[in-house]
Amino acid sequence: MSKYILKRLLQLIPVLIGVITIVFILNQLMPGDPARMLAGEGATEEAVERVRVEMGLDKPVIVQYINYLAGIVTRGDLGTSYKTGVPVLTEVLERLPTTMILAGISTLISVGIGVPLGIAAATWQNTLVDYAASGLSFIGVSMPNFWQGLMNILVFSVYLNWLPSSGFYGPRYWILPALTVGTSCMATITRTTRSSMLEVIRQDYIRTARAKGQTEYQTIVRHALGNALIPIVTIVGLEFGSLLGGAVLTESVFAIPGIGKYMVDAITNRNYPVIMGGVAILAFIFSICNLVIDVLYAYIDPRMKSQYSTKKRKAEVTE
Amino acid sequence: MREKLLKVSDLVVHYELENEVVEAVNGVSFEMDRGETLGIVGETGAGKTTLALSIMRLVPEPPGRVVQGTVALDGENVLSMAKREIRQIRGKKVSMIFQDPMTSLNPVQTVGNQIMEVIKLHENCSAAEAVIRATEMLERVGIPGERFNEYPHQFSGGMRQRVVIAIALACSPELLIADEPTTALDVTIQAQILDMMRRLKDDLNTSMIMITHDLGVVAETCDKVAIMYAGELVEYGTVEQIFHRPKHPYTVGLFRSLPSLDKDVDRLQPIPGLMPDPTKLPNHCSFYDRCEEACDDCLQREPPVVEPEPGHTVRCCRCSGGERREAME
Repeated sequence: MSKYILKRLLQLIPVLIGVITIVFILNQLMPGDPARMLAGEGATEEAVERVRVEMGLDKPVIVQYINYLAGIVTRGDLGTSYKTGVPVLTEVLERLPTTMILAGISTLISVGIGVPLGIAAATWQNTLVDYAASGLSFIGVSMPNFWQGLMNILVFSVYLNWLPSSGFYGPRYWILPALTVGTSCMATITRTTRSSMLEVIRQDYIRTARAKGQTEYQTIVRHALGNALIPIVTIVGLEFGSLLGGAVLTESVFAIPGIGKYMVDAITNRNYPVIMGGVAILAFIFSICNLVIDVLYAYIDPRMKSQYSTKKRKAEVTE
Repeated sequence: MREKLLKVSDLVVHYELENEVVEAVNGVSFEMDRGETLGIVGETGAGKTTLALSIMRLVPEPPGRVVQGTVALDGENVLSMAKREIRQIRGKKVSMIFQDPMTSLNPVQTVGNQIMEVIKLHENCSAAEAVIRATEMLERVGIPGERFNEYPHQFSGGMRQRVVIAIALACSPELLIADEPTTALDVTIQAQILDMMRRLKDDLNTSMIMITHDLGVVAETCDKVAIMYAGELVEYGTVEQIFHRPKHPYTVGLFRSLPSLDKDVDRLQPIPGLMPDPTKLPNHCSFYDRCEEACDDCLQREPPVVEPEPGHTVRCCRCSGGERREAME
């Protein structure tokens, strides 16, 4: 297993180089001149030129690219923000906890509601429960995040005055944004859980469990859910991973200093190092998320575990 | 007098689909004594499995529906019991071995835990004791106890079926229903499994319903035989009665389609035609289209049940008047 994890970590290297290369090329294709932007409006040609040389933007593209990669490998240097002069890594790490908290709580909310809802919908397929669950998840996915965020602020902050409307200073501040993001992810999780459970419930081993005299609840929880988990974990992992990239609209509505907003600002300002560094870090985090999901598979399904272990398997004892 | 262990009366089970009704079991009645082994024989789709499932009330509802009839276990009707009561019976008093061992075990639980589950449900014992009993059961079906913590995918088909049997027999049931337990296994393993089932059944003094389409298996293991065709029991009797004096043309046809060691036959004689569509069963004898002895009378009514000799019943118009030709040799 550890060998497998190591292998996967090594595979990350080409992935990250690829991501950085693509982002670098995209940056070059973007219209606009960062040197001019940095020098400020109304700056003289000389001033702009000076900035260009300072930033190394006068060198050929290929040299810039190699310099950038070399910086990462030798110094762990993802570049410095044009705007603030602070290393990108420091700025991203500053914002990461905020985004992590938001993503974590949102995922908890969407799993906490979505999975039970999906199980209930599958258990009572084509009944009122099923329709209600589908309806609920449909509403969840149909409400645009910014609108739902505003409504949440209106109801819980303005009318009821229960929760703060903006900022991110403590648990009380986390609830509304997490609820906003969580309900929209919930729909996917509900649907995945429902369809995965429906497939499992029809299996022979569920009948075996019933034939043992097991209660319906235990049959669903102990026998069906365990087998239905793989697709659910996959979806939850992907949702969590993409939330780490930042929920831009929600962050804007609630004025949260998260990664999403940081990245969008960088794009508007042609802040190349921030864009490239930020994307590289996000790609890294996302890949780690995927790795964690893959490792989880092995714990959920023993059949996968035997596929992972590269060492020769014990010869199967036959009759 | 003690009640019969199992008494099925006039059982009718349908699967009600969106635009058609599959008549899976149509008016089946039979009885079983303790210690007896009953073989239920029939083609695929004859309703054998549905009959077995309805004894444990495991027919999936919907689409399945028990239209009428009773299944009395020790005099108590299983079909009208509360869910709680039926759960106490499943796995304890009646248990079932399913057809396909590759799919009837939970792939994400160890075999040991799956055996333990049924013991914990029905026997009032501690977890530690359940482990000991489950290990014993595993060894009893010929699997070393060390493999307790292995998963189903680490076992071959025959070994898995042994685990299924261990689960079924873990609480010493009074009635074991084996639904084609060897169909999915290869022939050498079949013999081992059947042999083991027979031994365990005798050890535990369990009655058994053996569902199969293999008459050889029936001859080896059963006391009584029921022949099913299109959801009906067309003939019922002891092994001797059915094998030596079959009355129903379908039963006779089944035997003629078997190879024989003592007769030199070039070509086996299959029964021509196919079983009628279970969604469109006729109002007359459902074997009519394939029957060599069919007559006009057969088209007029559902065949009556007659008893040519004590304990031997046949559902056939041609047998009712006792005029049936005895020329089936």
